[in-house]
Amino acid sequence: MEAPDIFSVLQAKFGEQIVDFLEEGTLNPTVVVKPEAVLKVCEFLSQNEKLQLDSLMNLAGHDQDGESDLSVIYHFYSTIHDHYITVKTFTPREEPSVVSIANLYRTADWHEREAYDMYGIHFEGHPDLKRILLEEDWEGYPLRKDYVPAEFYRGMRIEKVK
Amino acid sequence: MGALNNKFNDNILITSLDKLLNWSRSGSEWYFQFGLACCAIEMMSAAAARHDLERFGAMPRSSPRQADVMIVAGTVSLKMATRVKRLYEQMAEPKYVISMGSCANSGGPYWQHGYHVLKGVDQIVPVDIYVPGCPPRPEALLEGLIHLQKKMREEHVLAKKEA
Repeated sequence: MEAPDIFSVLQAKFGEQIVDFLEEGTLNPTVVVKPEAVLKVCEFLSQNEKLQLDSLMNLAGHDQDGESDLSVIYHFYSTIHDHYITVKTFTPREEPSVVSIANLYRTADWHEREAYDMYGIHFEGHPDLKRILLEEDWEGYPLRKDYVPAEFYRGMRIEKVK
Repeated sequence: MGALNNKFNDNILITSLDKLLNWSRSGSEWYFQFGLACCAIEMMSAAAARHDLERFGAMPRSSPRQADVMIVAGTVSLKMATRVKRLYEQMAEPKYVISMGSCANSGGPYWQHGYHVLKGVDQIVPVDIYVPGCPPRPEALLEGLIHLQKKMREEHVLAKKEA
């Protein structure tokens, strides 16, 4: 199946939960869905017989410009049908929250923790949502575009004085 | 040793305690391998057959209790820095630190925008030898170890430390 076909299948199934389909100017054809519908859509993607997107290749958080909404991007691949689809969802910068798919795809477990660590996106229903790379007492989310590093961390100077 | 020369059989050797201790220390630089980044590859290469650190008595240890020298080889992130400090404190005296590569010396390429990188391991532990390079070749690390040997040989173990 090609990406536009997958999009029309999803649109027929979920209607208004599917917001948009991006094809021009993107590296991968992307279906944009509402953040609360992510789990339902992913369940459908993995279980529908014609789709069977059984492999989550990547899950990434994203901050476009430091002002607009944060987003989460899912890259799916079907090892059975050999086709791809990218799913994207937007969530507000203040209190960003997306439904977790960690119980559906085990790959998503650590990837969601990384997105939480770097962007502060809260994944509802994640079994163990805590920072994966930085220390627990770290303040802020460093890959956000508006992040400003602290002066000290546990008494160690972060920015060297010139 | 003047008056004592040729007074004993061949199997007795006379020297000063300083020299004896310094000789034994500088001849057994057992290093605590702290491979944190690409510098670790060069450190492994230095320890392997071609460069063979063991001909200087330097052999890798995996425990701080058995080590005399800590070679900090690589990028010290702030999370790792707390561990580096703790492991340094677990080493037995006398202990030495070699800072290997740009990252450990000064933060290296993470100097400006590395929000998570310690800008020089000398901020948390006292460093004896800095080995420059990104990463330093094994020859550079060898020279660092030889410089450390020189430093060890000039120590006075029993003399009072100057205040």
